[in-house]
Amino acid sequence: MKSTRRSALKATGAFATLVSLGLVTQSQAQAAVDRASFSVKTLDDALKAIGGTPANSDQVTVVSPDIAENGAVVPVGVTSKLPNTTEIYIIIEKNPTPLAAAFMIPAGTAADVQTRVKMGQSTNVVAVVKADGKLFSATKETKVTLGGCGG
Amino acid sequence: MADPMRIRAALAGDETTVRVLMAHIMEPGTRRDAAGALIPAHFIQDVDASHNGKSVLKAMWTGAVSQNPFLSFKFKGAAKGDKVVVKWVDNKRDTRTDEATIA
Amino acid sequence: MRSSEAIRLAILAGALSAAAAASAQGTTAEGIAKYREMLQDGNPADLFDMKGEELWKQKRGPKAATLERCDLGKGPGVLAGAFTELPRFFADTGKVMDLETRLIHCMVTIQGFNESDLYKAAPSIGRGEGANLVAMTTYLATQSRGMRFNLPQNRPEEKNMYEVGKRLFFQRAGPHDFSCSSCHGVEGGRIRLQDLPLLTKNPGDGVGFAAWPAYRVSNGQMWTMQKRLNDCYRQQRFPEPKFGSDVTIALGVYMGVNAKGAVSAVPTIKR
Repeated sequence: MKSTRRSALKATGAFATLVSLGLVTQSQAQAAVDRASFSVKTLDDALKAIGGTPANSDQVTVVSPDIAENGAVVPVGVTSKLPNTTEIYIIIEKNPTPLAAAFMIPAGTAADVQTRVKMGQSTNVVAVVKADGKLFSATKETKVTLGGCGG
Repeated sequence: MADPMRIRAALAGDETTVRVLMAHIMEPGTRRDAAGALIPAHFIQDVDASHNGKSVLKAMWTGAVSQNPFLSFKFKGAAKGDKVVVKWVDNKRDTRTDEATIA
Repeated sequence: MRSSEAIRLAILAGALSAAAAASAQGTTAEGIAKYREMLQDGNPADLFDMKGEELWKQKRGPKAATLERCDLGKGPGVLAGAFTELPRFFADTGKVMDLETRLIHCMVTIQGFNESDLYKAAPSIGRGEGANLVAMTTYLATQSRGMRFNLPQNRPEEKNMYEVGKRLFFQRAGPHDFSCSSCHGVEGGRIRLQDLPLLTKNPGDGVGFAAWPAYRVSNGQMWTMQKRLNDCYRQQRFPEPKFGSDVTIALGVYMGVNAKGAVSAVPTIKR
């Protein structure tokens, strides 16, 4: 905690106050959205939390299966060909809390991440990226089905 | 201390691809047990990957990320034999750090 | 969407309009196959494999010994090719044993664990020694990945178990009058979106007997063959077999011998 406070005093702006008060961790201070954003309940609120309505872009790609055998583990990848992509967000539109994950991409790291998410039902996987301070998005529908006996 | 991650880092050309499997229950906090009580949330919130002391990826996760999470990303500027370090912290402040050598 | 994928989907769409119901199922099957393929890179089973290796090499039990001298059928400590020759007859016990019962045997004789305690703990795959058994079974099976099944059928006990397994496979009972063959005795069988491998012969590489232990994404559990058989019986609404019972060994021999030549893909990842 001590070293966090010490480095927190070096940060500037409102975050500095929040960090020194222990209300926000150092990692959050460097993050793009605050932890509370992940509790929003709609796609629109998630976009608001990220910073606004993104423009659709064919330079952003969502790689997810057309159909997932089980919604508990759905592989989702996001790639962005836009230069200076610094943030990538994965939103699962019909999930109770749609904002599932955020990635902060420093210089030297590719705007190309893959993970696996839980999908409560068939819905859109929406990827939002921030490139040069502006927001862009791509969407892919993934159907979720349960399947048979577990063989 | 939490169970170890499996990290694979491979260099191809000038790009290192890192693939990580983390052992974590990733309980979202919305499921109920047989008695109907909510199972408390327990999931990885922050992931930090670094190379030679420099952060190469940060992530903020929720309970919507799958159990035993998988993560893959790529970065430039590393050489064979370098180490990649991955650290995660969950909502209960439990943490795990593991490293792998770039092959 | 990449243009090559768009073209592929357009061709697919064209093929769909030509033939209705059959290809609708075909597209779904293709979609599922793509989903499974996407999961291959990064199988959480590897976490169990790592844990199992650690346990195998750790001094444990009242005798504080490692399991590294355990004989799984090919000699003490020989792991490569052991899984693909199990179940098999062991002279020291006079019984045909599968990987899991042989593992317990080694834990008892080498490490001094209590046998009935281990059998009692085994069905609880998520905790305690039950979880440890799953991890080690995963590790040991993984050591034969890519090898072909080649169960021995030299001893009368092994041949006998094959015949017992065959009889059990076709025996209809329980409230639904099911047998293993109800699902696994037909060509091209399917339950909703799950293809049912035909287990009366070699169903192919990496499926059926060659696919377990497997990581199941729907519950985040690692399922071994003992667990798979137990759950098959449960799904048929039969009483569940005891862990390591002769029934489970016999069925393993039947399926394993039928799968001779199939390449083991273990550990796999499944729904």
